Amino acid sequence: MSTTIDHTGAQHGHDSHSSTGAFVPLEYSDPDNAIKIFGFWLFLAADMVLFACLFATFIVLRTHIANGPDAQHLFDVKGFIEETFILLTSSFTGGMATFFMRHRRVKGTVAWLTVTALLGMAFVGLEITEFVHDVGIGATMQTSAFLSAFFTLVGTHGLHVSIGIAWMISIIVQLIRYGITPATARKVFIVNLYWHFLDVVWVFIFTVVYIMGVIHA
Amino acid sequence: MPPSHLSHWGLLITGDPLIYGADASIVLATVAIIFVLTKYKKWGWLWREWLTTVDHKKIGIMYLIAAVLMLFRAGVDAELMRTQLALPNLHVLGPEHYDQIFTTHGTIMLLFMAMPFIFALMNIAVPLQIGARDVAFPFLNAISFWVFFFAAMLLNISFVIGGSPDAGWTSYAPLAGAGFDTGPGENFYLLSLQITGIGSLATGINFLATIFKMRAPGMKLMKMPLFTWSIVATSILIIYAFPALTVVLTLLLIDRIAGAHFFTIAAGGNPMMYINMFWIWGHPEVYILILPAFGVFSEIAATFSRKAVFGYKSMVFSLLLISLISYFVWAHHFFTMGAGAGVNSFFAVASMLVGIPTGVKIFNWLFTMFHGRIRIKMPMLWMLAFIPCFTMGGMTGVMLAAAPADYQYHNSYFLIAHFHQVLIGGTLFGMLAAMYYWWPKMFGFMLNEYWGKWAFWLFNIGFYVCFEPQYILGLMGMQRRMYTYPKGMGWTDLNFISTIGAYIMGIGFLVLVWDIVYSIKYGERDLTGDPWDGRTLEWSLPSPAPHYNFAVIPTITHRDHWWELKQTGRQDELKIHEQDIRPIHMPKNSGKPFLIGLSFFVVGWGFVFEWYILAVLGLLAIFVMMFMRSAEQHPDYHIPVEEVVHTETALGRL
Amino acid sequence: MRQRKKAKRAAAYLAVSAGAALLLSGCGSQYQVLDPAGPVAKTELHLIVMSALLMLIVIIPVLILFFYILYRYRDKPNNTAPYEPNHQDSKVLEIVWWGIPILIVAILGAYTIKTTFILTKPPTNTTPITVEVTSMDWKWLFQYPGSHIATVNYLDVPVGVPIQFVLTSNAPMNSFWVPRLGGQEYTMPGMAMRLWLQASYPGKYYGHGANFTGRGFSHTTFYVYAKPMPQFKQWVQSVKASAKPLTMTEYKKLNVPGIVGNLTFSSYPKNVFYNTVMNDGGKYMSSTMDSMMAIGKKASTSNMSGMPGMSNTSGSSK
Repeated sequence: MSTTIDHTGAQHGHDSHSSTGAFVPLEYSDPDNAIKIFGFWLFLAADMVLFACLFATFIVLRTHIANGPDAQHLFDVKGFIEETFILLTSSFTGGMATFFMRHRRVKGTVAWLTVTALLGMAFVGLEITEFVHDVGIGATMQTSAFLSAFFTLVGTHGLHVSIGIAWMISIIVQLIRYGITPATARKVFIVNLYWHFLDVVWVFIFTVVYIMGVIHA
Repeated sequence: MPPSHLSHWGLLITGDPLIYGADASIVLATVAIIFVLTKYKKWGWLWREWLTTVDHKKIGIMYLIAAVLMLFRAGVDAELMRTQLALPNLHVLGPEHYDQIFTTHGTIMLLFMAMPFIFALMNIAVPLQIGARDVAFPFLNAISFWVFFFAAMLLNISFVIGGSPDAGWTSYAPLAGAGFDTGPGENFYLLSLQITGIGSLATGINFLATIFKMRAPGMKLMKMPLFTWSIVATSILIIYAFPALTVVLTLLLIDRIAGAHFFTIAAGGNPMMYINMFWIWGHPEVYILILPAFGVFSEIAATFSRKAVFGYKSMVFSLLLISLISYFVWAHHFFTMGAGAGVNSFFAVASMLVGIPTGVKIFNWLFTMFHGRIRIKMPMLWMLAFIPCFTMGGMTGVMLAAAPADYQYHNSYFLIAHFHQVLIGGTLFGMLAAMYYWWPKMFGFMLNEYWGKWAFWLFNIGFYVCFEPQYILGLMGMQRRMYTYPKGMGWTDLNFISTIGAYIMGIGFLVLVWDIVYSIKYGERDLTGDPWDGRTLEWSLPSPAPHYNFAVIPTITHRDHWWELKQTGRQDELKIHEQDIRPIHMPKNSGKPFLIGLSFFVVGWGFVFEWYILAVLGLLAIFVMMFMRSAEQHPDYHIPVEEVVHTETALGRL
Repeated sequence: MRQRKKAKRAAAYLAVSAGAALLLSGCGSQYQVLDPAGPVAKTELHLIVMSALLMLIVIIPVLILFFYILYRYRDKPNNTAPYEPNHQDSKVLEIVWWGIPILIVAILGAYTIKTTFILTKPPTNTTPITVEVTSMDWKWLFQYPGSHIATVNYLDVPVGVPIQFVLTSNAPMNSFWVPRLGGQEYTMPGMAMRLWLQASYPGKYYGHGANFTGRGFSHTTFYVYAKPMPQFKQWVQSVKASAKPLTMTEYKKLNVPGIVGNLTFSSYPKNVFYNTVMNDGGKYMSSTMDSMMAIGKKASTSNMSGMPGMSNTSGSSK
């Protein structure tokens, strides 16, 4: 539902566009934008609960390996370190996009968003490779409760990242067509909020799933 | 045992008179609707005025209509169950039907009747109470409604196509897992709840943002009406509880259609995790259902006692305290799962704690009436019925919270009687009170009191006759969800009485519907906009309010602002002056929410029958529409000053 | 007759306290929860009465106050009652009605916690016997590790001896409930949970599954026959002598969803209960492992000495 919140809505309910005089970042320059950003924070709160439930599920089931492999034998350290590195970098490049957006520099914003989306694709690509490899050695979702929980938790994050990439592409198109307006500025800001959030979630996945997995499964 | 003609993977269920009856009524109703719309050339009107609307007032009305329809549907389920249980060893329904019907009864009553009823009230009242012109995200609000609507259709259609879910509204795994429950029925449950859950979550976000960010100038948090406060608490609960439902339903669906092992018995799955996660959502959900009713009663008690709410701060504090505690009581739904004495003690005491703020609210309502002047109009009548009914339900609630005693009540009719007493006596009475209260604001006319009283007394007497015997049945050892029972247990008389009560309630509901029909034709028009001598801002507007609500946003100085102005003879302060009117920025109507809802139906259908291409097509349609929406440059417009002046003049307010 | 007297006393007890006299007149034992036939049910009834009483301390004044206010402050002409539209705050009153519920919850909470812990222990000090309970679709299998016999849909227990029920399920979760002996507990696949019950008087007690398990759920009735120790022993002997054994094939047949009548078996496959629990996920549950270990130890000693569960009980009940 994340993308539905990001719609160019009316500044309904406001007689006039008041400017407060004090410095406000571009994405907050319109009162309606401020409401939308607030709404998106609420969505992130809900999404956080969603991931918390998936983490709880994973923690309960992580030792329930039935006849399948355990984490130690499954996880490829090099692979998940690479994924982590790429995603963390993309958070930085996303931040750069916000920086250029606030300076009303369309080209820079588009360029940094593109880099971010590309890094996201690389991340998703690596994750798909990892999943394909796992399935190849017979470690599927149907093998054990541990693997069900693993694929679901990590896959849900991957799905979030994929949606984020599609969303970024749509914003890049809008930036090219309409330039930087309060509306597109807000979108750049919100998609970055989302992206940073996914980064934070990944840090937890990295720790709880992968590191704890290879250390003592 | 299941008769062989009930084939589970076949689409249309054949060979059953009950289903044929349902088939016939669905076809007839559809034909009738199409005929009427075509004959009176109303298709365009339906599309322009309703299906594409983003106006919170109209969305509220659509929620209300849907809620009353679903009350009827799930009420029929209830009557069928009570008929089956009227006497021992009856075979009005076989076990397979009885199981489906108690499952859909619970699921529909909670998720597709009570929730939309609450959303109806939120939509109708909250923006008007806080001096806003719409909700924070009107487009999203319309999506919320249409995903709910199509989810409700998805669940309802299961009765005739594919088969209804039959593992209870709680749908515990592994009973509801693929190992023990084959066929699409359970998928209908999972998908329809999942889809409506998306809408509920969006509504929670929407209203919290609306209330926090869109209040009229001067309306500090502690000046808000208590109904709005109750929606703050409810929205917070929705935001933090519904994701747990999303997860638990998804995991069970993955188990069922992809063969995973979250809740299976084999390969390390853990069914207890389902129960825990379900109630981590489920218990806050109970308070999502009751808190708005508390808000309604606070408004009604004050209005009809002509007196300010007693202990406003206490009322706000207790609302928030109840929401907080509601996250720490979920395990009281399964004390008997053997979590150990320490855990049970914690959850028992936490559950009892809920009784404290709730008790405080009861006292505060009583003292709102104390030293007041109580006018017994229809809304107040329902409020007055609520107090003794809910107090008794609360008493048995605390009794159930005593963990070792719960070992004797759990899953018995004692429990059934308790939660019907709080959900009907609390939530439903609250919703009906609110319906009578805000009806003139929605439609511009009053509901008839004469028929309203008939409906009220029938429904109330029916309620006590139906449910009080069930407490005793529980103590006599009768379990819930039995489709029949033997003679000689001493259960027969009480079951028979209970069934009579259910019939009286059913008649009460029909009279209520008649009251609505009668009032549409003969109801007294509300020309003042303030038929109850109200206290809060919505009563300062004409009935129904113009679609921009407030021509000029008022500045608030008091808690019961409108009442205060009336008391001091300053109503003129809210009078509109032509020179103050500016063009009003409003969102445009859009067909996309309806189409997104429809696409969700397609997605749901695809997953239910595991036709994945269909599901993917539906998902694609949703994404395409969202991207189109995102790229729209002018989803809004300005109402010119002349039009506002014209409207207000016609309303006699200029 | 003693039972009848007991029932009347329970009825009178509750009538006074819960105002339920009307409901209870005459027909004692049908009000199963209110007519305990053992110490566990009695303890639970005590808590039920206590909680009802404590709640009534609040509820009755509230209801009286409600009707009084409703009558006194009706909006009718010539009502002389005071009218204070802005009377909306009172520290004293607020403290009173925050205070009273807090006090009541404190009392009831303390009492509840005490009872919760009491019920985890055997109700009396007599040496207990163990019954392993497996709920299936849609029937109950009872195994006596002490004497190695098994029954389906009924069980015999000695009077005055604590019974340690060890509960599991080889099908969707059910709940084991014998209202007149005490409260229920879930039977769950992969779990082995303990429930203590005891019968004080001989009799036939109704039991039923209390958690919905699908189409056959309404037929998951069973009966508990409590009889004095000598008769119980006699019953065990006759079962051992005359009933046929429960073979693994038969066990698997039993596990197919369906409804059966009462069955009796002179023996059952070794470790079938243990293996069921472990295979259904018990190996991942530390709590199950612990209780299985404890029970397993007991079971093995009993196997060594023939029928020690029984010899123990007979020894101490004298």
